[in-house]
Amino acid sequence: MNASRFTKNPIAMTGLAIVLFYVAIILVSLVWLPFDPVAMDMDLLLDPPSFKTGHLFGTDEFGRDILSRIMSGCAVSLIISLGATALGAVAGTLLGIWAGFLGGRWDHWLMRVADVLFSFPSLLLAIFVMAILGERTYNVVIAIGIVYIPQFARISRGAILSLKNQEFVRAAFSNGAGKSYVLFRHLLPNILVPLIVQVSLSLSVAILLESALSFLGLGIQPPAPSWGNMLSAARKLMMIAPWTAVYPGLAIVFLVLGFNLLGDGLRDVLDPRLRNAR
Amino acid sequence: MGRYIIRRLLSLIPVLLGVSIIVFFLVRLIPGSALQMYLGTQVEATAEQMVELQRLFGEDKPVPVLYVEWLGRIMTGDFGHSLRTGRAVLPDILSRLPLSLEITLMALVLALAIGVPLGVLSSLKQRPFTDITIRVTGLLGLSLPQFWLAALMVMAFSGFRGWIPMGNFISLWDDPVKNLRMLFLPSLAIGIGLAAVIMRYTRNSMLEVLQSDYIRTAKAKGLSRRTVIVRHALRNAILPVITVAGFNVGYLLGGAIVIEEVFALPGMGRLALYAIYQRDYPVIQAIVLLIATLFVVVNLITDLIYALVDPRIRLDEKAR
Repeated sequence: MNASRFTKNPIAMTGLAIVLFYVAIILVSLVWLPFDPVAMDMDLLLDPPSFKTGHLFGTDEFGRDILSRIMSGCAVSLIISLGATALGAVAGTLLGIWAGFLGGRWDHWLMRVADVLFSFPSLLLAIFVMAILGERTYNVVIAIGIVYIPQFARISRGAILSLKNQEFVRAAFSNGAGKSYVLFRHLLPNILVPLIVQVSLSLSVAILLESALSFLGLGIQPPAPSWGNMLSAARKLMMIAPWTAVYPGLAIVFLVLGFNLLGDGLRDVLDPRLRNAR
Repeated sequence: MGRYIIRRLLSLIPVLLGVSIIVFFLVRLIPGSALQMYLGTQVEATAEQMVELQRLFGEDKPVPVLYVEWLGRIMTGDFGHSLRTGRAVLPDILSRLPLSLEITLMALVLALAIGVPLGVLSSLKQRPFTDITIRVTGLLGLSLPQFWLAALMVMAFSGFRGWIPMGNFISLWDDPVKNLRMLFLPSLAIGIGLAAVIMRYTRNSMLEVLQSDYIRTAKAKGLSRRTVIVRHALRNAILPVITVAGFNVGYLLGGAIVIEEVFALPGMGRLALYAIYQRDYPVIQAIVLLIATLFVVVNLITDLIYALVDPRIRLDEKAR
């Protein structure tokens, strides 16, 4: 990877800056928050944003500070997104590269299973898995991870198929290298580019899926703050207290946009074939 | 073309069988059997009574046998009965399906109606600033939570209550105008993200096509700019856009599930959610199966449309 090409790509750099900004917020929130995110204040229910009270983004229906809740929800969203993407990427890639590499019956059946999983719209599949596993935080990670497994499997399989008959692979075999060695030392590094791009895009979709699940009451359960369940609570209040809905939503949009910009920019930087595509 | 369609239709069978297997067995993984759900928490049944009940409900056979029986019933349209209301599942779903489909379809139409013209217009001006704006707009479209957008729209349009009928849902057959006005905002909230994506694809595709030789020929023939752009360029540039739009129908359908909750619309999404909240498994099972089937069929239709407008696809298949 060419580092200077990355730093010169405005799209990728903007995305990275946004993501780093959120990481900084998480670090700050670990040591300092404007208010206790779960502390209620019965004197300031649905207080509009103001400097005087110190509630910059206002308070919710229990008088809890919205900014503090957004800040502590940030870690929840990022951890779920990272966990789900890691689960999908590792499991999917392993299945995909073995399928592509070994071929034959194993490959055939694995890809049929992937076809079947692709028959569910992602959100529906996640909802379905949540309905089965029950509404717990770690189940959100599993549900979204399961959505990602076939996506990573298909991408890595395709990449392996295009590589496995090339000269350098045959050369490695003729030098006496074993299957696993060739797969992980020679092939895997060569398919990292499409995988990295997919990881970045998956991180963004995971945040949207988590927020949708929590919004429907199937994800993170209150009182733990998550951007999705904040919006869920705001639904009944938005007409009288729009700030309860606006700020958590903006927090989602910018982080997701950050990952999308990063992924899109990375594709430019990493994949020379697409360099001229806009 | 006929043979291609038949072959593609046949390829659906194993996929749909797979879907049914996954749905059937996953639902059985749920802790606590459907029978216990049916009895509720107030009834204490002894082990013998449970066995007897299982026999009565025909649940005392090995799971693969149960699956085959279940599949057989589904083929005849019997999706079982709701554990909560005791009503047949299928009629309840079918009465709500049209609304969800209408929202999805409207969202698709809006996305194309907004995205394609903007994409074409933006492809005619090739400046670095336009490039970046379109790209970021496209990515922004992917970044918006649809339910949040919907909530913002409700807030923004709350001053126009007269224009957007609120309250009870009115079906398309009863009053088409009111119905369409009612579903406009929900559809827009789902479709606008896809519109941004479609705009970006249309623009990229147009830029590629506009550089080709036959466009230069068309221009050299002295055809009007409009003819060259619409008849020659757009016709070819639209191909990848169709695929993107088609494969995003699932995303729109998923959006419809959430949006119905925001706008309190009595569609399939709400039915599914209530079924999940109440652990009403026959309903969940049927809805998931139906949506997956729908999704697979839509993807097939997308492929067929693509093959119809681009004969090269079928030739490729033959050559293989």
